[in-house]
Amino acid sequence: MLSPVILITAILNGLLTGAVYALVALGLTLIYGVLHIINFAHGALLSAAMFAAFFSFTLLRLDPYLAVFVVTPAFFLLGYLLQRFVIGPTSRGDDRNMLLVTLGLSVVIENVLLYSFRADTRTIDVPYAFETLDLGFTFLPIPRLIGFGVVFLVALALWALMRFTDVGKAIRAVAKEKLGAQLSGIDVAHVYAMTFGLGTACVAIAACLLMPSYYVNPTVGNAFVLIAFTIVVLGGMGSVPGALIGGFVIGVVESLSGLFLGESLGQIGIFLIFIAVLLVRPTGLFGAKS
Amino acid sequence: MSISPFSRRSFLATSALGAATLAMPSVLRAQGAGVKLGILHPVSGALSYSGTQGRLGAMLAIEELNAAGGIKGLGKIDAVLGDALSTPEGGNAEVEKMNAAGVAAIVGGYASAICLAVSQAAARYDLPYVVDVGVADSIVTRGLKNTFRFGPGFGAIAKGAIENLAAINDGAGKPAKTVMIVHEDSLFGAGLAKLLNTELPGRGFQILETIAHPTPTRDFNNVVLKIKAQNPDLVIPANYYNEYVLLARTMQQQKVRPKGIYSVLGGAASSYKFVKEFPDAAKYIMDCNHWFDPKNPKALELKKKVEDKGQFYTYEVYMNYSAVLLAADAIARAGTADRPKVIEALASSTFAGHVMPYGPTKFVNGQNEGAAPCNTQVLDNDIKVVLPEKFAQTKPVFPMPA
Repeated sequence: MLSPVILITAILNGLLTGAVYALVALGLTLIYGVLHIINFAHGALLSAAMFAAFFSFTLLRLDPYLAVFVVTPAFFLLGYLLQRFVIGPTSRGDDRNMLLVTLGLSVVIENVLLYSFRADTRTIDVPYAFETLDLGFTFLPIPRLIGFGVVFLVALALWALMRFTDVGKAIRAVAKEKLGAQLSGIDVAHVYAMTFGLGTACVAIAACLLMPSYYVNPTVGNAFVLIAFTIVVLGGMGSVPGALIGGFVIGVVESLSGLFLGESLGQIGIFLIFIAVLLVRPTGLFGAKS
Repeated sequence: MSISPFSRRSFLATSALGAATLAMPSVLRAQGAGVKLGILHPVSGALSYSGTQGRLGAMLAIEELNAAGGIKGLGKIDAVLGDALSTPEGGNAEVEKMNAAGVAAIVGGYASAICLAVSQAAARYDLPYVVDVGVADSIVTRGLKNTFRFGPGFGAIAKGAIENLAAINDGAGKPAKTVMIVHEDSLFGAGLAKLLNTELPGRGFQILETIAHPTPTRDFNNVVLKIKAQNPDLVIPANYYNEYVLLARTMQQQKVRPKGIYSVLGGAASSYKFVKEFPDAAKYIMDCNHWFDPKNPKALELKKKVEDKGQFYTYEVYMNYSAVLLAADAIARAGTADRPKVIEALASSTFAGHVMPYGPTKFVNGQNEGAAPCNTQVLDNDIKVVLPEKFAQTKPVFPMPA
């Protein structure tokens, strides 16, 4: 019954979905992979950013693709301040404390959203929401294609930032050897906050890309975060190409296992691949050997 | 060595204070004496939207009753609000608090799992409980004397949905022969899919495929791909709002337009919100769900009131509004807040002052026998009742015009 058309379309769908996963995972791989902060607030921040994109559209009539230029810096700042003045000082450098603080933050953010906007599911109606690219055998939604392109741009920018800029070098230095970095004059607290800010900015971009074709409610981010954690480990902690490729792999695997095993069991494929990779390559696909 | 600013003693003091705050009852009491009525909904957690809407309906009914002097001879209604936290345990905890607060009855619950737990907890105290929505049939089949369901149960809804679908199809000259079912994979969707799979073949429908999906599902492209490949005459979705939105949007995107989309319990044709936000995707969609009596002026008055508040007139609102009126009527007839007497009054209720198309209530083993769903369709950017004929505002348009 399964024709090649369905198979190819399912792979294309997987790639398009994987792009969004990759973007959420890019933010997480910086925070989780580089700084080893298990950021439980990542999903809540994604929900918050989606609300920001939503209200930019409904109140300021700002298209989500333009709102990206407002929401992203705002969330970079938010992430910076959160790490600098909340997570950093309260966790005192202890990984377990960070975990609890971010968990607490996620509860607070989700409930503030719930209190402010109710549990209502909201969507926006942009004129291009139903535009598609006709491939003859299937239609590819334009908003998802745009997302696909933007993910590569963001990944490229992040990679360049980590590779060629002082901030990137400082982040890598702190990740490798915190004390050594501190001794050579790097302001570790600032670098932590910058990294958290960058990770949060990625989430903001993902939010703006999702908004034209997805919905928002106070818990929407959670749907993406477990997947993003998986991608980070799969791709290799802190690896930008790893998050990107990992996102696409997970997207395609989810799509195909959904097709063959049924949507309800689609997730099984993801975790089978995940376990297999961990068994064969414990550092993930692109992770450096420690 | 670093010195922690927290001493063991201050840590103990802080955590004790924290524990005391957590243990404080979250039951909020409205001001005033009179009859205490427990209003219990999941207003936080996953079901909080529905819970909040339910509370809105209940409070509107209480406001109205109190404005008219409350319950005759007993005074104003004092709402004891409870949050079931979207879990059965949360519902149980609230029953304990409401019982301690001395409520005459509890109204609400919303989700089947919560209603099952709450009815049982309330039964221990002989506490009358009016279920607002919870459709699981077992809520009223366990022989609990205190539990009364105002709305229809799952079995009645599924039966009505299948009969009405056959009637609509037959009325149009049987244009629909093949069906695909897309359902969420928990009790509600899976149970319905199973029923449809047993019943529909006998009514002349061939089921091409039944697709289950989890909640939440992030992407419906594969599901729509399968629908497109098999090209059924009819698509029957049975899922929650978020997934419904994604499914309908993806179908529109992929230009999949079957002869009809017929939802059961939840779909575009029972959501003013969806119709407002996606008028094109919603057009001609049919639904079998809880719905108010469109010919009842009181129902329309309530609709206006809710919309003036900037809220959508969802089924949680009017079902809770009606359920509170029903409970208040029973307490008034009992003439006391004494629980066994209120239970007796509920059991013999013939209350007709609600806004649902049920007729006067008649409870048999706790189930309101007249309760039935309506069939609605999105026509002219509005939701119209098309069946049952007694309440219909217009005839169904089927198949969907191309």
